Amino acid sequence: MKMSEHSTIGISSKPKTKHWPDTCDSEAPCHTFSISSLQILDEHGNLDESRMPDVSSEDLVKLYRAMVLARLVDDRTLKLQRQGRIGTVPLCTGHEAVTCGATLAMRDEDWFIGSYRDLGGRLMRGEPIENGLLYYNGHEEGAVFPGGERTLPISIIIAAQCLHAVGVAYAMRMKGETETAVVCFLGDGGTSEGDFHEAMNFASVWQVPVVFVVANNQWAISVPREKQMHSRTIAQKAIAYDMPGIQVDGNDALAVYKATKDALDLARSGGGPTLIEAVTYRMLMHTTADDPTRYQPPEDLEIWAKRDPITRFRKFIEQKDLWDDEQQTDLEAQCKQKIEAAVAAFESRTDFKVDSPFDHVFGTSHTRIEQQRAEFLDMLKKESADG
Amino acid sequence: MAKLNMVQAINRALDEEMARDENVITLGQDVGLNGGVFRVTEGLHEKYGEERVIDTPLAESGILGSSIGMAIAGLRPVAEMQFSGFSYLMFAQLEGHASRMRSRTQGQHTVPLVVRMPYGGGVRALEHHSESHEATYAHLPGVKVVIPSGPSNARALLAAAIRDPDPVVFMEPKCSYRAFREDVPEEPQVMEIGKGQVVQEGADVTVISWGAMMRPTIKAVEAAQKDHGVSIELIDLLTISPMDTDKIVSSVKKTGRCVIVQEAPRSFSPSSEIIATINDHALMYLEAPVKRVTGFDVVTPYFGKEQSYLPNERRVRHAIEETIGF
Ligand SMILES: Cc1ncc(C[n+]2csc(CCOP(=O)(O)OP(=O)(O)O)c2C)c(N)n1
Ligand SMILES: [Mg+2]
Repeated sequence: MKMSEHSTIGISSKPKTKHWPDTCDSEAPCHTFSISSLQILDEHGNLDESRMPDVSSEDLVKLYRAMVLARLVDDRTLKLQRQGRIGTVPLCTGHEAVTCGATLAMRDEDWFIGSYRDLGGRLMRGEPIENGLLYYNGHEEGAVFPGGERTLPISIIIAAQCLHAVGVAYAMRMKGETETAVVCFLGDGGTSEGDFHEAMNFASVWQVPVVFVVANNQWAISVPREKQMHSRTIAQKAIAYDMPGIQVDGNDALAVYKATKDALDLARSGGGPTLIEAVTYRMLMHTTADDPTRYQPPEDLEIWAKRDPITRFRKFIEQKDLWDDEQQTDLEAQCKQKIEAAVAAFESRTDFKVDSPFDHVFGTSHTRIEQQRAEFLDMLKKESADG
Repeated sequence: MAKLNMVQAINRALDEEMARDENVITLGQDVGLNGGVFRVTEGLHEKYGEERVIDTPLAESGILGSSIGMAIAGLRPVAEMQFSGFSYLMFAQLEGHASRMRSRTQGQHTVPLVVRMPYGGGVRALEHHSESHEATYAHLPGVKVVIPSGPSNARALLAAAIRDPDPVVFMEPKCSYRAFREDVPEEPQVMEIGKGQVVQEGADVTVISWGAMMRPTIKAVEAAQKDHGVSIELIDLLTISPMDTDKIVSSVKKTGRCVIVQEAPRSFSPSSEIIATINDHALMYLEAPVKRVTGFDVVTPYFGKEQSYLPNERRVRHAIEETIGF
């Protein structure tokens, strides 16, 4: 393994001269802070020109198409679940600008490490639509995809992925990939876990190239944000770790893109981690097993429906003459065709290997496991012979 | 008498214990207004208020660690882990603190808490939602592990766990939550922790199981009795640790044969411990090797394959037949 000369960025071999005490003085009081926020496209699709990032027209259209695809996949998946054709699924409607906006800012060689609410981003990373269907219908085959070496499988264990992201970022730097960064997605609830805080601290101490994107959708299943934390913002948690923190309109894909792009640029230049809070709303149930009418004020949905990320983005690209009704009709038809093809492929899959769990317990072969495999297969054979 | 399913029965025990003792509180993710993701705590929030029914932030170590403090200071916390698969985030608090506070303070400080968690497969759930890892907890000295099998014993054992002076891990077989109902008496009931239950007496073979596996086991026992005219003693273990070894040993001494059924992976599991106990105390009474039907030493498969991996009635019946025919 070749170590790069950058391998010790942020970890100096000699301790710096320490000036005790590290206390606040009255000229730079610690007890006040401000959090910057960012919106570029308002809910009507009006652009704040002064903040417009440098994005090609091609990328704007790509971003829009990705969000629409994610929304339509979500719709279809919900229907499949309601028809009993797939297991319990989390829905991602409302989150399109967060995951697609952030993913647009990433390079292929960057790492995508997230949870179950990142459908749009995963699809942009090249995950086939069929994968999610397989995964949520109980098949390990859907957890990975060819080309997904830098897209880790969904972390069901809340916030655990934050530490993995830090480790990956450390490894990248040590291996001399100093231009590579990691984007880690989690939810507002996830910020309560110790793993999140440990990851923030590790990232800060090691100054590794990782960007935490918290999709603050106001809920962790039935627990509202104000029961989750007393902090007024999530972005302010960055201050404790002396890293940049910003709150962005999570339904504004341009704002999410810009914040992520800036954070990635900083990370690539050795400037360490960033925390981005993307404020959004979970527009559907937590998963298909959840009933939000038990706890959610219905007026919330009305308010947030007006802030829809896709509607406003469409208005924006239409105003820029990048999009029209005909393209919309074509896009929807194309998406539907892709989705139906994926559903057909998913439903016709039969090549599952019943003993594959034995294949992947370890990378080495062990008698105890192999004996159990033989016993298992023998038992299945007898059972199918018995009918 | 009311006919209750296990969710309702556990809910009733919580309600009765909270009514009986104002120090009993319950805390966890979504246990308040939502009544828990399985609705086990339904209605308690309205009845006992936010101070005693706490929707916590999303942090298992936080839930258990703060429960330890509450217990030391005189409350009786019943903490909920949303699924056993997420309970490992509190493991350090349980192992390092709850389990040994009594011992390291020579009894001056104690931790009377209950941590409830749905466990086990069979409900077509996502990964991390189907494991049966009771051995992980049973391996901790100072921690009791209880697994009810039906509404009635769930209610009585939870009440006992709440009144117990020590930390109890209470594992609820989620696939039995709504699978069937039982008559549950109106007046509160308490069963003794640390005691198995002889579900039926028999002379030819002892069959031992617990939790969700009791249902396929009962069916297999009935089928084997009918087909082969054997007399089977069936034991529902109920407490995994500390295990009721007297009951196991005396039964095996009587029958000379034993079949153990567990959902959990085979190695280093409760069945291993039962076999070792028989070896220690009843080896010379055996007329056949002790047989076990278990899960495998693999990472719990996603639900597309789970039915192939879970012990079922047929596998238990075959094991009983082989043991009898030995
Ligand atoms: C460690 C852990 N604890 C509990 C759960 C159960 N659970 C699944 S999702 C969820 C809420 C997550 O909320 P948030 O982080 O805000 O993400 P969101 O679902 O809103 O996207 C909970 C409690 C889990 N998956 N992992
Ligand atoms: Mg959330």
